[in-house]
Amino acid sequence: MSVALARKRKFSLTPYLFILPHLIFFAVFVGYPFFSGLYISFFQYDYLRPEATVFVGLQNYLDLFNAGSVKFIEFWNSVRVTVTFVFWSVPFLVLIPLGLAVMLNSKLKGMTFFRAVFFSPWVLSCAVISLIWWWIFQSQGGLLNYYLKLWGFDTPRWLSTMPYAMISIVVATVWWTMGYNMVIFLAALQDIPTDLYEAAEVDGANAWQRFSRITLPLLQPVLVFIIITTIIASFNLLGQPMMMTRGAPAQPTGGGATEPVMLRIFTEGFVRPFQGSAAAMSVVVAIMMMTFSFVNFRLFRQRD
Amino acid sequence: MNPNKTTRRPVSGYRVQEFVNRALIYLTLSLVTLVVIIPLIWMFSTSFKLKSQLFTKEIYWIPKQITLENYEKILNNPSTPIGRWFMNSLFVASVTTVLKLVIDSLAGYAYARLDFPGRKQIFGLLIATLFLPGVMFLVPNFVTVANLGMLNKFSGVIIPSLASVFGVYFMRQFFESLPKELEEAAAIDGANRLQIFFMIALPLSKPALATLAVIEFLASWNDFLWALLVLKDRAVQTLQPGLRTLQGAYTSEYGLMMAGAVIVAVPVLILYIFLQRFIVQSVATTGLKG
Repeated sequence: MSVALARKRKFSLTPYLFILPHLIFFAVFVGYPFFSGLYISFFQYDYLRPEATVFVGLQNYLDLFNAGSVKFIEFWNSVRVTVTFVFWSVPFLVLIPLGLAVMLNSKLKGMTFFRAVFFSPWVLSCAVISLIWWWIFQSQGGLLNYYLKLWGFDTPRWLSTMPYAMISIVVATVWWTMGYNMVIFLAALQDIPTDLYEAAEVDGANAWQRFSRITLPLLQPVLVFIIITTIIASFNLLGQPMMMTRGAPAQPTGGGATEPVMLRIFTEGFVRPFQGSAAAMSVVVAIMMMTFSFVNFRLFRQRD
Repeated sequence: MNPNKTTRRPVSGYRVQEFVNRALIYLTLSLVTLVVIIPLIWMFSTSFKLKSQLFTKEIYWIPKQITLENYEKILNNPSTPIGRWFMNSLFVASVTTVLKLVIDSLAGYAYARLDFPGRKQIFGLLIATLFLPGVMFLVPNFVTVANLGMLNKFSGVIIPSLASVFGVYFMRQFFESLPKELEEAAAIDGANRLQIFFMIALPLSKPALATLAVIEFLASWNDFLWALLVLKDRAVQTLQPGLRTLQGAYTSEYGLMMAGAVIVAVPVLILYIFLQRFIVQSVATTGLKG
C-alpha cells in the first residue's frame, strides 16, 4: 500500500505536532469541564465571590429530588415544559419537511427556487427570528391578531397566555428550522433510484402506494436519524422563549409555563449566583439526554 | 437523473391526473413560500415605519411614509452601539473561522493520513465526545473563561469554540476520501510531511475548506448563548446578544427593533443569496454524516 509514507518506521514527533493545537483546546474546553462540571456541582459556588465557596456534597442534587423544595418545583416544571415543547414541535418538524421534500423531489420546474426559499430562514440567527415572531405575535399592533380580527376570529394574547405562548414558540421554531430537515430528506430522496418508481408505475401502483412501499422503507434510516436529532435539538430550546415570552405566563405553583430547562439553568447559574446548583441541573439534564440517545441507539441497532 | 430518460406516460387518462397533481404541488409550494417570506417582508416593512404608523387601524405593507429614522436612531444611540457590535461580530466570526480552518485541517490530516501510536484511541475519544450534550459544558467552561480572565474579551468566545470536534472530523473524512498517490509520489521525491500537507493535500482540499468556512462563519456569526454569557459589556457585545440588549432598551419601539434585526439578518441573507446552492449542499452533506 503506502510504502513511501510508511517508510519511516521510527517514532516521529511530527504527527503529534499536527494534532497538538486542536488537542490543547479540546483538553481545556471539552476534557477538563467534563470533570470540573461534576466537581462544581458539589459546591455552593458563585464565580464572582470565589471566597464564599462552600462544599455542600450532594445537596444541589438532593434539592432537585426533594419534592418540598422550590428548586424541585422550578426544575421539574422546566423539564415538563421542555418535554411538552419536544412533543408539539417534533412531529411538525419531521412531517412538514418530509412533505415538502417529497414535493420538491418531483423534478418539476422551479424546485430549486422553492428549496432555496424554504431553507432561507435557517441561516438567520435565533435572536433575529425570535424578534420577528415576537413582533408578529404582539397583542398591540401585531400582524397575526390584525388579520385574525379582520377575518372575524378570536384574538388571543399569544405571548402571555397558555396554550398560545407555547404555540407561538412552536410556530417560530418550525418556521425557522423546517428547511434544515427538508434539505436532508431531499438529499436522501434523490439517492433513491428512479427506476424503482418507474417499475412500480408500470405495475399500476398509485402515488400513495409508491410513497408508502418504496419511499418510506428506503427512507427509514434517515427518518430515524432526523427524528432523534430533532428531538435533541428541541430539547436544547432556549433563545425563542428567552426573547419571545421570557418563560411567561407564570405558573401558580412556581416556574414559567414556557420556561424550558435550558432557560432555567441559564437563570439559575447566570442571572442568580448559583452556579453549583446550575451545574447539578446540567448534569441531570445531560444524563437524561444521554439515556435517551443510548436507548434509541440500542433500539435501532437491534432492528438493523 | 438522466435528462434524456423521461418517463413516458402510457395512457392519456393519466394526463388529467398528472395536471391536477402538478397544480396541487405548485399551489402548496406557493402557499408555503408566502408563509416563509411574509415574516421577512414584515421585518423590512416595519423597520422603515415611524412609531406612529405601527399601531394604526389598517396595516400598510408598504409604509405610507418611508423613513430611515429607526436606522439613524439605533446607529447613533451610544447605549445600543449596533455599528460597533457589527464590527465585533465580523471580527469574532472571521478570526474564529480562520483559526478553525488551520487547526482542524492540520488535525484532520493527521488522523486521516499519519500513522502514530495512539491515533485510533485519541480520535475515538474525540468522536465519543460528539455524543455529549452541550449543556454539560456551559457552567464549567464559563468558570474556566472567567478564571482565565477572558470574560468580556473576544478571546472568551473565540478560544473555547476552537475545541469543537466537528471540523476535525469533517476534514478527516475529506482527507480520507482523497487518493493517496500524489502524496506518495511527493514522499518518494523526498518531501517531508509538512511540505506534503501544505503543497499537496491543502491545495486539493479547497472545496472542503470552503464548506467548513461557510458553516463555521455562520455558526459563529449566529452564536447567541455563549456570546450572551461571556460578552456582557455593551462595548464588546456581538450582534446576537446585542439584539437582546436592544429589545430590553426600548419598549414597543418595534420599528427600531426590526431595523436592528435587518442589520443582523442582511449580511447572512446576502451571503445566502450568492452561495445558496453551495450552503444548502454543505448542510445536506454534513447533516447526513454528522
